[in-house]
Amino acid sequence: MTTVRTPSRPTRPTRPAWEEQPTRLGQAAKGVLVGVVLLAVLFPLWVVVLTSVSTSAAITRAGGLVVVPDGITLAAYAELLSGGTVTRSVLVSTGITVVGTLFSTIVTLLAAYGLSRPGSFAHRPLLFAVLLTFLFGPGLIPTYLLVQSLGLLDTYAALVLPGAVAAFNLVVLRSFFMNIPQDLVDSARIDGANDFRVLTRIVLPLSKGVTAVISLFYAVGYWNAFFNAFLYLNSTDKWPLQLVLRAYVLQGQPIPGASPADSTLDGTGGLVATLAVKMAVVVIAVVPVLAVYPFVQKHFTKGVIVGAIKG
Amino acid sequence: MPGADLLARPAPAAGRPAPPNRSPRWVRRLRRDWVLLVMVAPAILLLAVFHYVPLLGNVVAFQDYSPYVGIAGSPWIGFTNFERILTDPGFWDATVNTLTITAFQLVFYFPVPIGLALLVHSLLSPRLRMLVQGVVYLPHFFSWVLVITLFQQMIGGAGVLNQFLRSHGFSPVDVMTDPDLFLVLVTAQSVWKDAGWGAIVFLAALSTVDTSLYEAAAVDGAGRWRRLWHVTLPALIPVVVLLLILRLGEALTVGFEQFLLQRDAVGAATAEVLDTYVYFTGVVNSDFAYAAAAGLVKGLVGLALVLAANKVAHLAGEQGVYSR
Repeated sequence: MTTVRTPSRPTRPTRPAWEEQPTRLGQAAKGVLVGVVLLAVLFPLWVVVLTSVSTSAAITRAGGLVVVPDGITLAAYAELLSGGTVTRSVLVSTGITVVGTLFSTIVTLLAAYGLSRPGSFAHRPLLFAVLLTFLFGPGLIPTYLLVQSLGLLDTYAALVLPGAVAAFNLVVLRSFFMNIPQDLVDSARIDGANDFRVLTRIVLPLSKGVTAVISLFYAVGYWNAFFNAFLYLNSTDKWPLQLVLRAYVLQGQPIPGASPADSTLDGTGGLVATLAVKMAVVVIAVVPVLAVYPFVQKHFTKGVIVGAIKG
Repeated sequence: MPGADLLARPAPAAGRPAPPNRSPRWVRRLRRDWVLLVMVAPAILLLAVFHYVPLLGNVVAFQDYSPYVGIAGSPWIGFTNFERILTDPGFWDATVNTLTITAFQLVFYFPVPIGLALLVHSLLSPRLRMLVQGVVYLPHFFSWVLVITLFQQMIGGAGVLNQFLRSHGFSPVDVMTDPDLFLVLVTAQSVWKDAGWGAIVFLAALSTVDTSLYEAAAVDGAGRWRRLWHVTLPALIPVVVLLLILRLGEALTVGFEQFLLQRDAVGAATAEVLDTYVYFTGVVNSDFAYAAAAGLVKGLVGLALVLAANKVAHLAGEQGVYSR
């Protein structure tokens, strides 16, 4: 029985008629190249995730990191998330990320809108003050001395306040707001809406994509922040996840509070492997990024970022 | 501006006692725009406190600064700290390391995003294109700690590469602690983390090329490579120039965490760059004033580089970072 293939499938983009057909060799080379590029990113992630869920028997058989699935257990995660250093650092990082992202996004949105009205009072000098921060950074030492003299050493505020406003994000948002038809804003104001209302009811709904991207930038920045915590925090019990990752995985120090290496039983009667626990820390550091990434990735290509870089 | 006129306070209605319009123009604008100013205030306040105040705080570079008495109590010593820089081998070693890394990355990092963009651009299937883009942008969102950890697990002493070498009877290599391979290592890390993200700008430039140019060239007998050379690359030149300018202005900055995190593994002689030098001299050894002077010199030279490179770009007829 033969069925007639109707061209119902979404049409594949076709090669324009003037373009020569690629050679077999060329196609193959391109295929290999794409494969190598994809593997270069995905292979390390695969190995780390797989090792974190491997039984200690599997890890022993593999002689370390596991490349091919062998025995699977979630014991490493149970061990890590049952309290102790890593659990606490996850909570700290989550708290800083949520609070910091909300704070930064709101402050940036307000300022971007406030500077987006052509001809408004003092907007030129204020915008200049924002743009000037691109040109010359204040320097590590004076910033450290300032944080110290404000009494912010060893506080979480030191991880949020110094970098709370990224001038780049502000400028991106502002240029986006300026492209919103001014008539829309003006008519709302004539109808009696004040600027807060215009921002929340008219401007924001039109800027969901760019706002999502900006909050992702802030969120990833806070989640990944290492140096501010390294510089300003003294007490290890305030450590965010990135510091824990460095100390216990990169530098290989034993995790305080966690059971000594290879001494706890996992569900299958084997031991929880130290390596699996370490790789689980790595996975915990990646997962939030992986989780939000697909939702905002589509906006990257829409010229949001590029427009800003060019402008 | 008609929009602004609409926003001005409504003219006083006839019949009511019209208030004499004697308040100056700026007062009226202030009255109209004060909500906007309130909205801008938090951001400006944060930038003032955490950018402009420490910018002024750079005056410690001209002091014999002591943390116990602060800026107000520390004696002024003129340019003594800057004179010390001239004869400080640590500073110059860090400068040489920094410039070496910049130069190496200019050759071996800079072209990668362009190549990647050309590769992605040449993919016909939108699905595959989306997949490749999604995957190569991803590492940009990983922290340096994470990237270095992943490299350690792949090619470090106990990494996958060495597991493979050992189990097949070869002697293991430790790329992560070898000072001779450090340049290659950090460049590979930068490529892995950011080359994909860097391709975005080039992809955007590629998508603006008028396809009829390709067609015309093809009709005139230009092959694949000649079209690449005569149509595609000219379209990329402005972006390349722009990014080169930005990179030149940042010649003294090669990233900080990446080097801080790996300084122990390969030793300060190789991994000390200007930023880590400032950190270790100032914060770790508490030599604040001298480190601030070193940081200030780095910042001013960087500023001069950006402005100079931009000038050159203008002279060469390109648009540059900012145009007048």
